[in-house]
This record gives sequence, C-alpha cells and structure tokens, in this order.
Amino acid sequence: MKTRIIPLITGILLASGTASAASLDVKITNLTQGIYFTPLLVSAHTSDAMLFQAGDKASEALQAMAEGGSLAGLSEILTGINANTMENPAGGLLGPVASTMTSLETDAGNDRLSIVAMMLPTNDGFVGLNSWPIPTTPGTYHIYLNAYDAGTEANNELVVDGSGAPNTPGIPASPGAAPGTQGSGVTETESNTLVHIHRGNLGDDDSTGGKSDLHNTVHRWLNPVAKVTVTVK
Amino acid sequence: MKLLRLTLPAACLVLAACGSDNDDPMPTTMPDEDMQMVEDPAPVDPDPADPVDPVDPTPTTIELMITATNLTYAQPLSPIAVALHQEGQFWQVGEPASNALEVLAEGGDNSDLLALGVVQSKASATAPLPPGQKTQLTLTHDSLDGQKLSLISMMVNTNDGFTGLNALDVSAMTVGQAMTFTTHAYDAGTEANTEAQGTIPGPADGGTGFSADREALNKVAMHPGVVGMDDGLTTSVLTSSHKFDNPLMTVTITRTK
Repeated sequence: MKTRIIPLITGILLASGTASAASLDVKITNLTQGIYFTPLLVSAHTSDAMLFQAGDKASEALQAMAEGGSLAGLSEILTGINANTMENPAGGLLGPVASTMTSLETDAGNDRLSIVAMMLPTNDGFVGLNSWPIPTTPGTYHIYLNAYDAGTEANNELVVDGSGAPNTPGIPASPGAAPGTQGSGVTETESNTLVHIHRGNLGDDDSTGGKSDLHNTVHRWLNPVAKVTVTVK
Repeated sequence: MKLLRLTLPAACLVLAACGSDNDDPMPTTMPDEDMQMVEDPAPVDPDPADPVDPVDPTPTTIELMITATNLTYAQPLSPIAVALHQEGQFWQVGEPASNALEVLAEGGDNSDLLALGVVQSKASATAPLPPGQKTQLTLTHDSLDGQKLSLISMMVNTNDGFTGLNALDVSAMTVGQAMTFTTHAYDAGTEANTEAQGTIPGPADGGTGFSADREALNKVAMHPGVVGMDDGLTTSVLTSSHKFDNPLMTVTITRTK
C-alpha cells in the first residue's frame, strides 16, 4: 500500500507547482589563507528546517559539529527529515584555497541548500550556508559564506588533544603550521551564547607562552571564508 | 515568511531553530528577482458630477516592518534608526561625514540624522540592541513612490564605527514581499581610532561620545576593525572580545501593508 501512496503524493506535489527535484553540482572553495575545514556537510532540505540560525542557540548537534567537526548528530536529523545529504565531499580536511566538488540529486520539496563545517584551528567556529533557496532556473550561481561562532565554547585558543568533545574547552587540532604551546588562554568565558558572526582568532607571536596557541600572522581571516558555486542542471 | 513561523513544523523543533532570516549573502537570489512595480490601487477617476462622499477616503497607508539582528560577539548597537527618504544619503564612502552622522557615529545619538529635512518617515529603537538580539521597527507612509530606506546604528564599543543600509530602493516592494540584507562596518572618519580610555561611549569604557573635533582623515571609509589591548595596543580599553568581522547585522524588510 505504502509504496503506492508515496508516488501518488509526489505526483500531486509536482502538479501543484511545488519545487521539483533538481540535479546540482556544488563546488566549495576554502578562501582562507591558513584555516582548514573539517569534513563538509552539504544538504538539500525543506524550507521549514534549518541547521543553524544567527541569533538563536546552537542545537547539540550543531555544537558537536562546531567544536569537534562531528557530523553524526546533524546527519541523523537530516536523514530523519528525508533531506538529500552529501557528507565529506573532500574526503577529509579542505585546506586553505583548496576546492572540492560534489553532486546532489534533490527530491521534490528539498529546495533549500545548507552547508556547514568546523573551521580549524578555532574553538567553535564554523563556515555556514543557511537554507539558500535553490533556484529553479538552470544556471550557475555563486554564494560567499561567512564564519560563525556557535556560541557554545569560550574562545580560549588553546590546542588541547581530545577537546573536540562538547563541553571540553580547547581546539582539538591545528593542521598546517604547528601551533604554539603553553598559552595561558585568551578568555574563559563566552558572553554571547547565541550563534553569531565569529570575531576572528586573536593569536599571538609567542610560540611558547603568550595568551594563545595560535599564530597572529597565520590563523586569522576576514569574511567571506568560502565560495560556493552551484550549478543547477 | 510569516507562514513558516506560524506552522512551525516538527522538523524545526529538532533542528537548531526556526526563523525566516537568511543571513548569508545571496547575490544570485537578490529579492528583486521577484520584485514587481506595485500598481497603486488607483483611485477611481473622480467624477465631479458624483456626490462627494462625506467621509474622507482612508488614505492609502504603506507599512514596512524592519527586523534587525545584531550578529556581533560583543558590540552593542546604538538604538537603530530607520528612515524613508527620496533624496540624499546618510553617508557616502570617500566623503566627509555630515555633522549629524558624526553625532551618531561617535555617540550613538540618531536624533540629528532622523531630523534631516529629507526624511519623510522615521522610527527609532528605544534602547541599544545587545549582541545576538533582534529588534523590530515599523515605518509607515502614504506612498512608496521613489522611496529609499536607510538604517543606521553605531557599534558603541568603537570610537566612530557604524553600520547600516544606505538608501536602499524599496519603491517597488509589493505587499507581503520580504527582502533580507546584511550590513557592513563603516568608520565615520571623524575621530581617530585610539580606543583610549574616555573616548568610547559603550560599556567597554563609558567614555565621551560626540566631540566636534575631526580627525585628519575626515572621510567615511570601511571600518578597519578594532585592535584591543590583547593585540598589542597597550593604551586600548578594548579586549579581543570587542573584535568584529563583517557582516554586523541581518536586516529583513517586509512590506506588511
């Protein structure tokens, strides 16, 4: 029975002009000079769902992604709402100025595109695209993405093994240039606990000591931090 | 847009949050794709022979609802001002700031800007907008013909930094239409960015706001950002928490009437 009902509903949706299935190519470029993206989550979903929203509290699933790069929680939710998702198109980290390309076949109704990945080295910074309306007209579209702070962890800028787990302060890894050590910590508090635009890393020029384990000439950025090129076929 | 909030489907509850603002730049889907000229509900050709209605016809009222979210970590935004005008601009990059702009950018007081002769409709928030929070303002006018919308606010933990929307054409907005924008940080160029004690009116300092003196540059530019004591400016009252990056605000303009 079920198998008959589903196509029927789909047919009705199509007939009534609801956003139809689409075939997309999605290219993502890391525009930064010294920041790495953890495995990317690329998802087409319905317009009533959002992975994150600036000015709102991060979900636990978003927190896990932003603090440790884990996609498990977000992925489970997306599966639950029948989103069309591609995980980890770069097969690992997407380094500075590197690009990755993926394709996405979207089902009818999944007319919004969202992309997230943690930025390394940061405490809870992530690159994000929130519910971009997928155009119905075939063509190539460019979108520039900003860096967000999940608001869930103080930006102490200390590189600590195993700190990717939620509620464990620290930056879990610093790929690329070896980070500094023995920093005293930039801050222990997070006064804005809502998702917001990341204020940027501070860093310092002291490789053993100072406040931060990050380098002020390497680990900074300005928005935008990524470029997305979507080709609607 | 409103509909989404009302229906609040289950999917929203499990995901991060619901809302209608998209705060990412969307150059390819700028809302004006869907924009069409509003056909003014043309008053029926008045026929002088007809008896005059004793009651004045209700004038057409246009209403715009403006929602602004502060996207920064620790920069409260001075009470947000919005205005409709047909002429002029609150600021122009490369040009000296007007006195009214200087008053806003150095001290957060928007009253001189809103009192400018070109302003045809205005509204101001009553309090600063804290980081992460949103506020809503309403503008009404009898017609949108030729109208531009400007919005402005000071980042109060700066010397003379401000953000806003500059003379945005809203004349073709249709009822129910919503447009979302993000705003950037500007420097009024009227006060040197010393970040010194006593020069910043926000909670980081509690210093002086407006001072009529002008710095040598005296031109509006994009803001270079704050430095802070943690970054080596030893005389700064700001810390790394006051750093910011663009964009500063998400602004959604919805024509409600």
